[in-house]
Amino acid sequence: MIYREAGDFKTTYAADNQTFPIKGDRYAYYLVLALALGVMPLIITDYWTNAIIIPFLIYTIAALGLNILIGYCGQLSLGTGGFMAVGAYASFKLMTAFPELSIVFVVLLAGLCTAAVGVAFGLPSLRIKGFYLAVATLAAQFFLIWLFTRTPWFFNYSPTGMISAPTRTVFGYAVTGPRASAVSMYLFCLAFLIGLAWLARNLTRGTLGRKWMAIRDMDIAAEIIGVNPLIAKLSAFAVSSFYVGIAGALLFVVYLGSVEAGEAFGITVSFLVLFMVIIGGLGSILGSFLGAFFLVVGPVLLKILLVDNLRWSSDLAAHLEIMIIGLLIIVFLVLEPHGLTALWRTIKEKLRLWPFPH
Amino acid sequence: MLDTQPEGYTTADGRKIGGVVMEMKNITLRFGGVVAIKDISFDVREGEIRAIIGPNGAGKSSMLNVISGFYHPQEGEVWYKGARRPRMRPYQVARQGIARTFQNIALFEGMSVLDNIMTGRLNHMKSGFFSQALWWGPAAKEEAENREKVEKVIDFLEIQHIRKTPVRRLPYGLKKRVELARALAAEPSILLLDEPMAGMNVEEKEDMSRFVLDVNDEFGTTIVLIEHDMGVVMDLSDRVVVMDYGKKIGDGTPDEVRSNEEVIKAYLGVSHD
Repeated sequence: MIYREAGDFKTTYAADNQTFPIKGDRYAYYLVLALALGVMPLIITDYWTNAIIIPFLIYTIAALGLNILIGYCGQLSLGTGGFMAVGAYASFKLMTAFPELSIVFVVLLAGLCTAAVGVAFGLPSLRIKGFYLAVATLAAQFFLIWLFTRTPWFFNYSPTGMISAPTRTVFGYAVTGPRASAVSMYLFCLAFLIGLAWLARNLTRGTLGRKWMAIRDMDIAAEIIGVNPLIAKLSAFAVSSFYVGIAGALLFVVYLGSVEAGEAFGITVSFLVLFMVIIGGLGSILGSFLGAFFLVVGPVLLKILLVDNLRWSSDLAAHLEIMIIGLLIIVFLVLEPHGLTALWRTIKEKLRLWPFPH
Repeated sequence: MLDTQPEGYTTADGRKIGGVVMEMKNITLRFGGVVAIKDISFDVREGEIRAIIGPNGAGKSSMLNVISGFYHPQEGEVWYKGARRPRMRPYQVARQGIARTFQNIALFEGMSVLDNIMTGRLNHMKSGFFSQALWWGPAAKEEAENREKVEKVIDFLEIQHIRKTPVRRLPYGLKKRVELARALAAEPSILLLDEPMAGMNVEEKEDMSRFVLDVNDEFGTTIVLIEHDMGVVMDLSDRVVVMDYGKKIGDGTPDEVRSNEEVIKAYLGVSHD
């Protein structure tokens, strides 16, 4: 009754093409945007920012990127961690080489560097498909991490082999380094996420998105209607790596502050982002948000429940947490193989008919 | 026929057939030792419905794949719109205005019917990457304009009710129709149909025949089709090429082909008395 599309008529194709054609969805989206921009900055605490919100925002960007590649273009990649490392090290080199350069441009340029690297490692996709491509991108993962740990130039010959982000400001507020406040870090990451999510939505609903999906669903048929597979696949790698690179740069400059490639961007990160995309829903913008939320917030909530409320010892909780999350993933995938988005879609379809389903 | 009527002619039912738009010259296609097509030549005139028939394994589909650029013949030339066509990839052929459907439906299962047909418009949509990313100016305008063209095709093929249904939920007959819609949306100058009636019941076949004739009539689209059903072919087409074991054994109007000795022997069967 509340959520419905009856009476919501469209008179132009432009109106029918919009992102949220149903009024209820549109208002919900504006509400979430208003809450995220207007209310959240007033109420967030340092703990919540560092434990949940910042990682959620950053991993959502990474998941968006990977979803473009896997969910929309159908090219399986396990190199996400490596590409995030490219973003992080590119931002470090840019920050130290050009101290005057605004951090906003540093992050964007780091994304562009990663896009270039992504295209290079995407070249095998023209010849190999599916699991074999996954293995090829796995090579990228290990090669890139090896490159960043073994080449002193990348960490400016620091004796520890770590890279550290110096303080940078936006409009006079520090967003990186130890002086950065929770609110400014939050808004900095949120601005990137909102912009990138919006771009992703536009790219995936237009001509380019349809080319990607055509390649994903049947590459022979895609070619017969005039899609150049070379350009379609490489553009997906470029855009995807751009997102992943920005996520890597933000993870380094805002969240971690100092980083060692092997620890922060190992194969586990690749799998974490892949799981986010699969659990959230392949080929869905909303799915990237839901997947990142599930895997970032889930463990924290479990920890709070087990340690703070049930008084379990923290090491026991740490182990159980992994098992429970693993179990939840299996349960979710058995119940709904197409991810949380499909679950949400089913709920919406039911809600449309409620309370008279027949 | 080519020599006698170079400028074209008018059919009995009043359709105008133009000059030669595509010509296959001495095409030979081999897969290793197997000769799929042996020295075949034929032409396609503008605005006609040209059928290629023959028993299983005669090389009909291979011929269509040569036209659409999947196979590259070892010998022979393809002439299109008065020029020799260089070796091309399928997407380049598509950009020249040749669209096709497949025998075993090649739709994008994960996309809606509307999106599937919109992909047919890809070659007409020129907005750049940044315009699309910002959904600003040309991209949004182009999307609405092409949507209008697609809606016309949807109306034409009477599939309005499934516009936003994911393709994987559709029954076989409708999928065939959506695939035709996608090919039509490209506004091709030549439409290749690979067994458009395969696996259909009589009613669906009649529907599909009507659409093929309507497409040809309404848009003047040149159609090259492969078909098994002799009755359908003879009723639909203006001229027929008959293939058997990779060779051409007949070429002409349905009536000429029907009375051709060799065709009767190879395809229609011969009485042993």
